[in-house]
Amino acid sequence: MFEIVNREEMAQGSVILNEIKAPLIAKKARPGQFVILRAHEKGERIPLTMADTDPEKGTITIIYQVVGKTTALFKTLQVGDSYLDIIGPLGKPTHLEKYDGDVVCVGGGTGVAVLHPITRGLKQKGNNVIAIIGARTKDLLILEDKMKAASHELHVCTDDGSYGHHGFVTDVLKENLENKNVKLVVAIGPVPMMKFVCAMTKEYGVKTLVSLNPIMVDGTGMCGCCRVSVGGETKFACVDGPEFDGHKVDFEELMKRLRSYLEQEKESYEKFKASLNA
Amino acid sequence: MAEKKEKLPRQPMPEQKPEVRRRNFKEVPLGYTPEIAMKEASRCLQCKKPSCREGCPVQVDIPAFIKLIKEGDFTGAIRKIWEKNSLPAICGRVCPQELQCEGHCILGKKGEPVAIGNLERFAADYEREHGTGELPPKAHPTGKKVAIIGSGPSGLTVAGDLILKGHDVTVFEAFHKGGGVLVYGIPEFRLPKDIVASEVNFLERLGVKFEYNVVVGKTITIDELFDQGYDAIYIGVGAGLPRFLNIPGENLVGIYSANEYLTRANLMKAYLFPEYDTPIVKGKNVVVIGAGNVAMDSARTAMRLGADSVKIVYRRSREEMPARKAEIHHAEEEGIEFHLLTNPIRFLGDEEGKVKGMECIKMELGEPDESGRRRPVPIKGSEFQMECDLVVISVGAGANPVLTKATEGLELTKWGYIVANPETGKTKKKGVWAGGDIVTGQATVILAAGAGRKASDSIHEYLTWGW
Ligand SMILES: Cc1cc2nc3c(=O)[nH]c(=O)nc-3n(C[C@H](O)[C@H](O)[C@H](O)COP(=O)(O)OP(=O)(O)OC[C@H]3O[C@@H](n4cnc5c(N)ncnc54)[C@H](O)[C@@H]3O)c2cc1C
Ligand code: FES
Repeated sequence: MFEIVNREEMAQGSVILNEIKAPLIAKKARPGQFVILRAHEKGERIPLTMADTDPEKGTITIIYQVVGKTTALFKTLQVGDSYLDIIGPLGKPTHLEKYDGDVVCVGGGTGVAVLHPITRGLKQKGNNVIAIIGARTKDLLILEDKMKAASHELHVCTDDGSYGHHGFVTDVLKENLENKNVKLVVAIGPVPMMKFVCAMTKEYGVKTLVSLNPIMVDGTGMCGCCRVSVGGETKFACVDGPEFDGHKVDFEELMKRLRSYLEQEKESYEKFKASLNA
Repeated sequence: MAEKKEKLPRQPMPEQKPEVRRRNFKEVPLGYTPEIAMKEASRCLQCKKPSCREGCPVQVDIPAFIKLIKEGDFTGAIRKIWEKNSLPAICGRVCPQELQCEGHCILGKKGEPVAIGNLERFAADYEREHGTGELPPKAHPTGKKVAIIGSGPSGLTVAGDLILKGHDVTVFEAFHKGGGVLVYGIPEFRLPKDIVASEVNFLERLGVKFEYNVVVGKTITIDELFDQGYDAIYIGVGAGLPRFLNIPGENLVGIYSANEYLTRANLMKAYLFPEYDTPIVKGKNVVVIGAGNVAMDSARTAMRLGADSVKIVYRRSREEMPARKAEIHHAEEEGIEFHLLTNPIRFLGDEEGKVKGMECIKMELGEPDESGRRRPVPIKGSEFQMECDLVVISVGAGANPVLTKATEGLELTKWGYIVANPETGKTKKKGVWAGGDIVTGQATVILAAGAGRKASDSIHEYLTWGW
C-alpha cells in the first residue's frame, strides 16, 4: 500500500497533485521516469510520469488531470488514503547534459508537471534554459512558480489571452528559434502540441525530445500495448522510452492508438459519475 | 468376487457442453468423482518398469500414486505426488500429458492410456477441498536469506522447497499478483485463478514473504539484494517479451500481442468490464495468429467475449501445431475455425486506424528446417484477404531484458536467455541461480517447476556447504 502524504488541487480542481510514500521508487527515480498505479482491486493500471521525488522523505509526486474514470477515482483519494499498487521507476531517465547553446523546454497542460524536473535538471547541468508553458486559459495553468525557478527565462501562453502571451507555445518557440542559438528543445504536453512543435523545430534542424504517453498495461516490455513507431521502427515506450526523438515519432498513429478505448472509457466514466451522484 | 473380464474404457472427465461453455469463463472439465477416479486408477497395470515415469519431466512415482487412489487413500496419493511435484492441481490441468506420461503408457500402445493427468488433478483437488490443510513440517531456521525473482511456477517451486528446509524466503514479483503466466496468461476456463491463489496462499502460510510491485532491475537490482543480506538469489522471470510479425499495419488499433490480450482478460479481468475498469476490444470477427497453447487460449477467450467467428491462422499444417491436443480439441468443439498453411502478409485499417482486414498468402510444406519440421513456403499468386476487427498475435515469446540488462556477471545466450547449468541451475554469477522460461525459452509449467526443484537442491547445498 502506498499512502498519500500530501494532496493539492490545481487548475480549479481539474488537476491533482499527490505526494505518495514509495521509498524504494523515490530512491531510484530520475527525471523522465514514470510509475504505474492502480487504486483498488478492480482498477486498471495507468502510467504517470513522476513530477518530483524526495529520496530522503521516501516520497514521489505525481500530477494528473482528471480525464476519465480512473483519474476521477484517484481524485477521491485523500491524505491518509493509499494506492493499492505502484510500480517503478519505469522507462529510461532523461539524458541530461550540457549543450553548446540554449535549451528550450516547452510544456502544455499537465505536461508541465513532467517537464519541470527535466527543466531543473538541464539547468543544474549548466545550460541556459528558456521555458515556455501554455494552457487553454489562465485558471488551468500549473506550476508557474516552479517553472520560473527551474529556468532562466519563463514565457507563459494562454490560448484565450487571459494571461501572458495570447496564443500558442509555438509562437514563442518560433521567436526563440529565430533569435537564439537553440541546441535542444524538450516538448511535453498534449500530442497535437508535441506534433506542432516537432514540425517547427524540424525546419530549424533543432534536436527535439518528446515524452510519450501511450496506453500501457505492465510497463515492463511484456505486452507491447505501448508500441509506437519511431523512425519506421516499432518501439515499446515503456522500456525504450518514454522519451524519443520527436522528429521520428509517428504522432498520427499515437493519437489513433490513444483513442483505442474511447467508447469503453466513456461508459466507465459515466457509470462512475452516476455512482458518485447516487 | 470374480474379476470383471471386459476391459474398462478410459473414464472420460465430465465437461461443460461446448455450446454452453463457449460463452462463459467457468472451467471446462469438471473433475472426477472419487468413484470415477478409483475406477480409472484400476486400469493401471502397475508396470514393473513404468515407462510413464520416464515420460514425466520430474519423475513423479505415477504407478504408486495411482495405486493409492485405487485403494481410496487420496491423502497418500497427493503426498506421493508432492515428493516430486509441488504444483499438481496446476500440472494435472495444463501439462501436455500426451507427450509425457500418458504418451509413454503401455495401455496407449493398443488402446487408450491411463488418464494420469486427470488422476493427478483429482488427487490435488480432493486434498484442496477435503484435506486437513495441515502444513508439512519445516526444518529449523538456518538464518539464511533467499530472494526469488518472479512468482511463476519455477519461482513458486523454489520458494516451497527452501522454506521447508528452514531458509528465510522472499519472492519479488513485478505484477501485483503471484503466479506468473498461471495468473496473467492461462485463462480462468482452463486454470481457475482460485487454484493458483491457493498455491500462493499455501506458501504464505508456510512463511514465504511476497513483495509485489517490485521490478528487479528497476526498483532494485540483484547486487542491491545481496547488499541487503540475501545469501542466494533465484531468477525465474519467465519469457516475458512478445514477438510480433513485423509486417505492415501491425500497430493498428485492435491488434494485440497474446500477452496483452490475455493479461487484460485474465489478470485485469477485462472480461468483467465495466465492473472491472480495464477495457478490452471485443471483436466480432477475430483472427488469432499461431497455433500453440497461447493461441488456443486467445481464440477461446475471444469466443467467450462474444465473437461471431474466431479463426486460427497458422502457417504450417495440423501436425505441427504445438498446442496440447486437448486444447485443440476443445477449441474445435467450441467452433474455432482453423486456417492452416496460411500466412499473414499485411493488415488493413480504416480511417480511424482500426484493423478491418488482413491479407494472407497460402503456404505449402517444403523441406524440413532446423526445427526438423517441414518448412512452409509461400505459394505464388495465392494472396487473398480476410475480414477481421480483432487480431491476436501469438507467435511465441522471447527473453525480456529488463532484469538481465541491469545485472552484471550473468552470461546470456545470443537470444538473451540466461545460461545456467541444466543440472543445478547455477549461473555464471556467484550466488545466483536461474530456471524456467528465462533459461529454456517458453516451455512448459512442469519444466519450469522441474528446473526450480533442481535449483532448490543446489541452493540448499550451497547454503549448507558453500558455492
Ligand atoms: C497463454 C499461455 C498458455 C500456456 N499454456 C501452457 C500449458 O497448457 N501447459 C504448459 O505446461 N505450459 C503452458 N504455458 C507455458 C508456461 O506457462 C510457462 O512455461 C511457465 O509459466 C514458465 O514459468 P516461469 O516460472 O519460468 O515463468 P513465468 O510463469 O513467466 O513467471 C515469471 C514471473 O516473473 C515476473 N517477472 C518478470 N520479470 C521480473 C522482474 N524483473 N522482477 C520481478 N518479477 C519479474 C513476471 O511478472 C512473472 O510473474 C503457457 C504459457 C502461456 C503464456
Ligand atoms: S506497457 Fe506492456 S510493453 Fe509497454
